[in-house]
Amino acid sequence: MSTSSSNTNYVGKAPNRVEGPAKVTGAAKYSGEFEVPDLVYGVVVSSPIAKGKILKIHADKVLSLPGVLQVFSHENVPHQAWFDRNYKDDVAPGGSPFRPLHDDEVKFSQQPVALVVADTFEVARYAASILEIEYKEEKHETDIESQRDKGHAPSKGKSGYKPPSSRGNAAKAIEKAEHRIRHEYIHGTQHHNPMELYASTVHYHPDGKLTIYDKTQGVLNCQQYVTKVFGLSKDEARVINLYNGGAFGSGLRPQYELFLSVMAALELRRSVRVTLTRQQMFSIGHRPHTLQTLEMGTNPDGTLAGLKHYALHETSRFEEYTENVVNWSGMLYQCDNVQLGNQVAALDVYTPQDMRAPGAATGSFALEVAMDEMAYAAGLDPVDFRLRNYAETDQSEKLPFSSKRLRECYRQGAEKFGWDRRPLKPRSMREGNKLVGWGMAGGVWDAQMQKAAAKASITADGKLTVTSAAGENGTGTYTIMTQIAAETLGLPLEAVTFKLGDTDMPEAPVQGGSWTAASVGTAVQKACLAVADKLLKQAKKMDDSPLKGADLEDVEFVNGLIRLRKAPEQSVVLRDVLQVSGERQIEADSTAIPNLLNMARYSMHSHNAVFAEVQVDEELGTIHVTRVVNALAIGRVLNPKTARSQVLGSVVWGISMALMEETVTDHRFGRYMNHNLSEYHVPTNADIRDIDVIFVEEEDPYVNPLGVKGVGELGLLGVAAAINNAVFHATGKRVRDLPIYIDKLL
Amino acid sequence: MSTVSTSSAADDQLRPPVPPSSVTLRINGEDRTLHIAPWTTLLDALREYAGLTGTKKGCDHGQCGSCTVLVDGKRINSCLTLAALQEGSDITTIEGLGQEGQLHPLQQAFLDHDAFQCGYCTPGQICSAQGLINEGKARTEDEIRELMSGNICRCGAYVGILNAVKEVVDAQQASRR
Amino acid sequence: MNPFTLNRPETVDAAVRSVTGYLRPAFIAGGTNILDLMKENVEHPTHLIGLNKLPLNTIEATADGGLRLGATATNADTAWHPEVQQRYPLLSQAILAGASPQLRNMATNGGNLMQRTRCYYFYDTATPCNKREPGSGCGAIGGFNRIHAILGASKHCIATHPSDMCIALAALEAVVHVKSKDGERQIKFEDFHRLPDDQPERDNTLEPGELITAIELPAKGFAEHFSYLKLRDRQSYAFALVSVAAALELNGNTITDARLALGGVAHKPWRDKKAEALLIGQPATEATFRQAAEAVMKDAVGQGLNDFKIELGKRAIVRALKQATAGEHKAADIFTNSNP
Repeated sequence: MSTSSSNTNYVGKAPNRVEGPAKVTGAAKYSGEFEVPDLVYGVVVSSPIAKGKILKIHADKVLSLPGVLQVFSHENVPHQAWFDRNYKDDVAPGGSPFRPLHDDEVKFSQQPVALVVADTFEVARYAASILEIEYKEEKHETDIESQRDKGHAPSKGKSGYKPPSSRGNAAKAIEKAEHRIRHEYIHGTQHHNPMELYASTVHYHPDGKLTIYDKTQGVLNCQQYVTKVFGLSKDEARVINLYNGGAFGSGLRPQYELFLSVMAALELRRSVRVTLTRQQMFSIGHRPHTLQTLEMGTNPDGTLAGLKHYALHETSRFEEYTENVVNWSGMLYQCDNVQLGNQVAALDVYTPQDMRAPGAATGSFALEVAMDEMAYAAGLDPVDFRLRNYAETDQSEKLPFSSKRLRECYRQGAEKFGWDRRPLKPRSMREGNKLVGWGMAGGVWDAQMQKAAAKASITADGKLTVTSAAGENGTGTYTIMTQIAAETLGLPLEAVTFKLGDTDMPEAPVQGGSWTAASVGTAVQKACLAVADKLLKQAKKMDDSPLKGADLEDVEFVNGLIRLRKAPEQSVVLRDVLQVSGERQIEADSTAIPNLLNMARYSMHSHNAVFAEVQVDEELGTIHVTRVVNALAIGRVLNPKTARSQVLGSVVWGISMALMEETVTDHRFGRYMNHNLSEYHVPTNADIRDIDVIFVEEEDPYVNPLGVKGVGELGLLGVAAAINNAVFHATGKRVRDLPIYIDKLL
Repeated sequence: MSTVSTSSAADDQLRPPVPPSSVTLRINGEDRTLHIAPWTTLLDALREYAGLTGTKKGCDHGQCGSCTVLVDGKRINSCLTLAALQEGSDITTIEGLGQEGQLHPLQQAFLDHDAFQCGYCTPGQICSAQGLINEGKARTEDEIRELMSGNICRCGAYVGILNAVKEVVDAQQASRR
Repeated sequence: MNPFTLNRPETVDAAVRSVTGYLRPAFIAGGTNILDLMKENVEHPTHLIGLNKLPLNTIEATADGGLRLGATATNADTAWHPEVQQRYPLLSQAILAGASPQLRNMATNGGNLMQRTRCYYFYDTATPCNKREPGSGCGAIGGFNRIHAILGASKHCIATHPSDMCIALAALEAVVHVKSKDGERQIKFEDFHRLPDDQPERDNTLEPGELITAIELPAKGFAEHFSYLKLRDRQSYAFALVSVAAALELNGNTITDARLALGGVAHKPWRDKKAEALLIGQPATEATFRQAAEAVMKDAVGQGLNDFKIELGKRAIVRALKQATAGEHKAADIFTNSNP
């Protein structure tokens, strides 16, 4: 890539989102919005009970309504694939996946038990509302509190899950320590609640083939699921997702609207749309209710003597969902005596589902509040305490970090925030009648890369099209891929179109884990370089070409030119090359794979430090988060505008997690009671004040060719803990179960 | 163990759907005659009958603001009104504010301030912001925050939304002076 | 949502006559609550009478110096009306503390009075609720009842009234004008909403077929010393855990008249005249306010998860009375300061 200044150097710049005009004008089409001919509508009927059997579905009455086409349930759905494994998607945890409308068993409240299809949405909705179903209720258990001593270590199986490893003798070290703390930390169930409702529009073509517009973070995962479950060929089930109205992990696995709409389309031989209700959005996976215990002790010099972290979280009866809750505690700080444990317990709930920074959001909340408690027990400033325990290497993996500029995050974050003016003692700052508190925390997240492919194609008019079956959830994928492609071939942004979200495109991983920039970005760069190589070959064939004898390393693609690095005035115009070549287009496919050698040699992670200010009205228990500074080391920042937006959004999520977000269950009914956006509180504009984002410069030559680490999840880490710690600093009260509602501060 | 039977309608539950009739709505300055029954909400009329999917369904219960449109210049939640009740009203949706290539100042400001991520709440935010400007009550940051609070953004783009709306509010104030 | 027919009468007489001949007729004005509940399969009207063509959307002065708020004037038009802002800022502030700008543009004054509870169990047809289905039991008792009533509840229902506007109307002693095909009558605001007792399905004292036509505010508006304080789980667009409408008349530091009403604590806007009496004639001090707060909460009963509302309610009353005394709320910033 070019090093000299030029206007086609886009990487690291902040152009507006290339898909932005489509989004701000309403032209962007989401899954439930595609117009297809003769569309009919399916509405899902959800179980009112948490466990039991369906005795009878009285469909007759409903079927007699004009406009109703069919009532699908286990009573009449033809058996699809026989084997569990056919329902297993790429990111399924171990166990037996839920099969919609498979049999008479109810396994969780709000389980889909029928699909009513009618020629209008309104008729389908009405028919679904009056469909009478008889159930035999069985005793259920949905409360993790009932499982305190009944957890078990999860079986290995879910991709990405690493059983925690212990070292030294933490119990003994803590016993001998100068200062000790031991506390329990809890957060309840949380639901992703993206703004877009899960929806699938299945276009049934005259030849029986399907084009499926589905809300998902992985079109290929959905295609794989649909083909296996329904016995279709890939050619018969094309899955498309051009825009995803938020997901945060909820779209990693195929959701039941996909199964139901495809099933109905195949059975009725018609195009079908199924859109879930907001209430049903609480039946598609969640961050699990988790109980954690942290125990720590310090030596007289303020170093950690020992650390114990134990977590218990829920899973369903049929799948063993797990997440890395405690592992972070073994690597964020230097400590020779660490004991970690992670257990799960099965309940009559739907399987939890990865939700933004799964495991880390949970574990680092507990760890970072405990670190604050430990700092106070030892009489140390929380930043100073962390610096005394700074991990120079990854002790869990016994590897050096590929790069780690967390110290710089602490420094720059503290400076921007004004941390040096902070009195250590709680209750020492006031503004008007409000107590003011400052707190800080931090986080660590995996810098991952997955195998990904892309195809680049440039036409004679100089227009470049790059494709990859990746996803766009608002993370900026369209924009950064366009930037990478434009810069690699020295083209203006306007000459580049990046397309994604179609199973006809080259393979990309599911849009999660903060790995899209690294994985798809590298593939895009590689495909464009392959095109560059072909272009250079053509250029060298031109009469009097100044590039004769040059290799790809000797030239740069800048400003629509191919020029010699050592003699930039020696160049050819890219368009001339295309014209002269006589080719209508020049294209190349490329697949990028992670560097396994580097992965074996280095621990690859991103880090951050968060500083928060709260104002607390002690008498009334109200909390305002007035300032947040989030300093992050994420390797190279491809687009500071879209990256910053991801961090701003993460901070909003952290505020939400700290103060208001929780799905509450009435365990008598085994049912989520606040399953709507009126009572499941997420922040409004009025809840958000000043947020500062700092990207600490970090070069990482090992993590991947682009040097990027991803940012979608890291930004959330530390936020809830920093707010929690700030509330303690303001009030002297420590709240260890989230969210910190008014009632908990009274 | 107990046996439960559920369906949520009242005693006379089976009522045949009311046949659709012609309803004429004035949308973005154009009269559109739609074949709909009384139970069709304005939101569903726009999305499923008029082909205007820029107006989004995020909750269908007035709890998120994604479906915000302007009716006679005032912002409302289109999910909580019936299309038939809006006959005679002047309805403006996001498609009526501006198109690609000729963006409305609010659309441009949202783009410039990166006031969205996934984009799903965005048309509602922009229509809401136009309603806020029409109302003329919000000038300061705190006032804009409060009066933009009827639009939930789960991506958390509130900082950008505030800055985008403030920029346009300020520009309008300046041009009035 | 079940099928229904719809008519849009242009006169009040035609509207009240429209109820005849239908199994379950219902009026619809803004629609913000009834359509929500119809989609949840909680309300099942078979015929809707659209009110938005009626000439009831005016706000005008009454002969005795008060203000008459038309039933179909929107909450937003009411809150921002110059007469309301200047003479009844408590009402403006309460309205603007509720819902969202979009909902306030739709919701009408009459409709606001007709709002039904936000109780989770009322909304969720998979659970029992005596209000939704008399005799099915109360899911909230012994359930997740953090948002529920601490005053005036019954063993059949512990739901709360969700309105902010109505709390101010209770404090201002509004009068509700209603009309049916049989005639007109006026209902004192305190008699409009009712406690659940053994008939929680009845939210108010309207008779079938009666239509609210106007809400009349008496001349006294407490424009100098008022406060609407709202405590909720987020800064905006959330229902009150506890809210307080406080209005005072002061002579020097002595309270000469007082109004106190609470939201989020009972099945109806909770006005406490006994507590008001404890304030009148007393100095406007924290001690006086505490006495009143204790009096309001004397018979409060928690249900477990909402026990905190008793103490929170007392503190909120004291704070609201302090703010009212200070007279610090001004019409100009009225929509940003109901949150402490």
